[in-house]
Amino acid sequence: MKFGVVVFPGSNCEADCFYVLNEVLGADVEYVWHAEKDLGRYDCLVLPGGFSYGDYLRAGAIARFSPVMEALKEFGERGKFIIGICNGFQVLLEAGLLPGAMLWNESLHFICRFVHLRLENDSTPWTHRGSKGMVLRIPIAHQQGNYYADEKTLRELEEGGRVILRYCDPSGEVTREANPNGSVGNIAGICNEGFNVFGLMPHPERASEEVLGSTDGLVIWRSIMEHIS
Amino acid sequence: MAELYEELGLTESEYRDIVRILGREPNKVELGMYSLMWSEHCSYKSSKTILAQLPTRASYVLQGPGENAGVIDIGGGLAVAFKMESHNHPSAVEPYQGAATGVGGIVRDIFTMGARPIACLDPLRFGNPAKRRTRYLLTGVVAGIAGYGNCIGVPTVGGDLYFEDCYDENPLVNVMCIGILPKERLVRGVARGVGNAVVLIGNRTGRDGIGGASILASQEFDERSEEKRPSVQVGDPFTEKLLIEACLELLDKGLILGLQDLGAAGLSCACSETAARGGVGMRIHLDRVPLREEMEPFEIVISESQERMLAVAEPQKVEEVMAVCHKWGLNAVVIGEVIEGDRLEVYWYGEKVAEVPPSTLASGPVYDRAAERPSYLDQVAGADLSGLKHPDDMEDVLIRLITSPNLCSRRWVYEQYDHMVQLNTVVYPGSDAAVLRIKGTSKGIAVSCDCNSRYVYLDPYLGTQIAVAEAARNVVASGAVPMALTNCLNFGSPERPDIFYQFKEAVRGLADAARSFEIPVVSGNVSFYNESFGMAVYPTPVVGMVGLIGNLNHRRTLAFPGEGLAIVLLGKTREEIGGSEYLKVIHGMVVGRPPALDLELEKAAQAVCIEGIRRGWILSAHDLSEGGMAVALAECCCAGKVGARVDLDDGMHPVFWLFSESQSRFLVTSRPEDLDELRGLAESRGVPFRVLGKTIGDRLVIGDLVDLPVEEIANLREEAFLKLVEG
Repeated sequence: MKFGVVVFPGSNCEADCFYVLNEVLGADVEYVWHAEKDLGRYDCLVLPGGFSYGDYLRAGAIARFSPVMEALKEFGERGKFIIGICNGFQVLLEAGLLPGAMLWNESLHFICRFVHLRLENDSTPWTHRGSKGMVLRIPIAHQQGNYYADEKTLRELEEGGRVILRYCDPSGEVTREANPNGSVGNIAGICNEGFNVFGLMPHPERASEEVLGSTDGLVIWRSIMEHIS
Repeated sequence: MAELYEELGLTESEYRDIVRILGREPNKVELGMYSLMWSEHCSYKSSKTILAQLPTRASYVLQGPGENAGVIDIGGGLAVAFKMESHNHPSAVEPYQGAATGVGGIVRDIFTMGARPIACLDPLRFGNPAKRRTRYLLTGVVAGIAGYGNCIGVPTVGGDLYFEDCYDENPLVNVMCIGILPKERLVRGVARGVGNAVVLIGNRTGRDGIGGASILASQEFDERSEEKRPSVQVGDPFTEKLLIEACLELLDKGLILGLQDLGAAGLSCACSETAARGGVGMRIHLDRVPLREEMEPFEIVISESQERMLAVAEPQKVEEVMAVCHKWGLNAVVIGEVIEGDRLEVYWYGEKVAEVPPSTLASGPVYDRAAERPSYLDQVAGADLSGLKHPDDMEDVLIRLITSPNLCSRRWVYEQYDHMVQLNTVVYPGSDAAVLRIKGTSKGIAVSCDCNSRYVYLDPYLGTQIAVAEAARNVVASGAVPMALTNCLNFGSPERPDIFYQFKEAVRGLADAARSFEIPVVSGNVSFYNESFGMAVYPTPVVGMVGLIGNLNHRRTLAFPGEGLAIVLLGKTREEIGGSEYLKVIHGMVVGRPPALDLELEKAAQAVCIEGIRRGWILSAHDLSEGGMAVALAECCCAGKVGARVDLDDGMHPVFWLFSESQSRFLVTSRPEDLDELRGLAESRGVPFRVLGKTIGDRLVIGDLVDLPVEEIANLREEAFLKLVEG
């Protein structure tokens, strides 16, 4: 299988994702320049974190018009796998590949810290190596990560088991205090209906090595690699 | 011209020098160029002769002062580039953009050397936190650093933060950047090869930041400072990120010979410095410079618009240079060429609008300023503290200290910075030094910035030596060997003899300490005129230390790693509270003599700490500094979420035992079975060794004086900072 890490001007976590997939997990990875239109040789695309196009106007708002996006949409429609991390999640929302929108964090500040996440669905391609209810310790780093969706959308997400990760306390309780940014329902990550597109604000690539303080992000990488193989 | 040169900040004698150099009156464009290049900020005219005494050499120094950044060899074909700079004056006028462009400037200095920027640190000084202006500056500066640094994907991994009334109007915003490079990519800001193309890359040029170096950075503040806001540049981190990638790609592909960023004094500086370093001339055409708005030649040549780089390339490679820049969506224009002779020729639509010898722009005047010992030194430093009445309740003193503005939690600050991007940060903010791994090796580097400016105020020579010692100690406590340092020397007006005395003494202290530790000074920055309404800030020579860890498993943090460990003090506590946090917080005084520094003992204590870590006998280490032992114990407990039980020293008043700020001390933990070995090591080096107690439970217990739950201490430290920013 082959990963592609999409590079927009202003992406800044592309090298981190590449490093973890390639050096830590031994996967086959290539960078995909944002002008690329042929995505046929990839099995899974990673939209990394960063500030695509400076996040000017609104996070992800300009990246959705990037040349690669049309091919990316088609890639997703064909059931191939896309994971959007942080800015990548914001881009997926702006492009309509995932429902909802991001508001500024309640504090209005950028927040960089480890958070705890409860795994809500362990039967997706992204999480099948984990178990429902398990608590993952993974960092966030964003200013616009306050997830919002209208009630109808939320109901669809909840009923469809498409809320994948929720901010929680170390024991797994989903509490107001454990919510770092004000996200509705403490939502940290969601999937599309087909579960082949996954967006999440936390950075699993920052929790994939012991030396960085956590390896809890590996469950996501290993799940998708095993699923595709 | 008489009014103009004064308005531009030149003196009459400087003007006469320009006339002598040119053999004629300068025109307006030339005068603009000289005024900026000869400003204190660009020319170091007051500090140059004093800085000459700094030790700058070591076998592993690849580049010392005089370039965009210092560079050291860390083995394995890799090198580390680093430098610190100030953006104090812009930040005082417009905190967000001032701080943001400060980050942008220092980051450009690093990738200009061919290094990928891997971390920033920000030493900050603000005034009285009870004042609204302080909170406005603090929130603006932190947001500016975050806004810029986070966007360009360079983690902000450390720094420090102090509050003193002397910084009310004139805060200090220093920024240090560190980069890593394969040795063969090292490039310098040099123009070479007659006929080669001079390429301007990056942002369009606008009117922002005109005269920033001369008007803002080289004058003190008064009530007219608000009017200087247009002199502050506006940052565009997105373009900076593209510049980093494009420039590193240009270097990797071997397409350019020299690279220089456009900072203070804009094109004037970049062209004259690169030409002067290369011993060549340069011809540039201002009409080719991409502009944001209609501008005169005078403005174009001195504009400090951000995110611009100047590259020198062979003519046959220009096309490829353009292709790389355009791929990254950047403007790139050939604005001129390298020519023979000491000539910088500036053209505007075919007409020559300036011709000056670049070497005279780049070298500038040199002043031997008068220095006179300030009278305050005898009054405050000589203060008699023997009659001071100390409080009885030590627990209350400890709580007041750990919740004081200078010692409470910094989480609110560093959580706004992305301190993890690039996956190198292996010791996160909040410890003595940040530690970054070097991917593909077993190595790491530790970085710390330090300066207790109260000590420097009370004794400029000793205080600066302590700044060096503490920075080294912080790096050592993290498990690294100090390799080289950079600095940012923040002082008042050099034209005042009392201030210049502080400066001279501080540099002497820096030189003596660096020489004694055998740590070369590889880069640095001087920021004068940090005063407002005639009041100077405390002399603040911030030291940025870089250390090397050969084996990343030897990295340490301050956190007590678990229960049942022995807590050991390396070094000796003396009755030293002069200039201490205790004296300031409890008695409201900044007086007395700073703690003594015995450089030999300091080196021995550091050697024992490093050796103890390497042998595995030391499991955590913390430098003792502001607030003394009691505060250090509280910090180690909070970081490790574990309690401690510690005995008192019967030999001295508990105030000294707990809060004295004696130098050359480490608080370390050790397994009980390793204690004898560690004691033997300490004794062999003549370093006092004392077992204080052990880690146990969830409370910090010090004799019968302090008994507090660790969680409560941690919460109090967090709440204290939130109260401070919320007012």
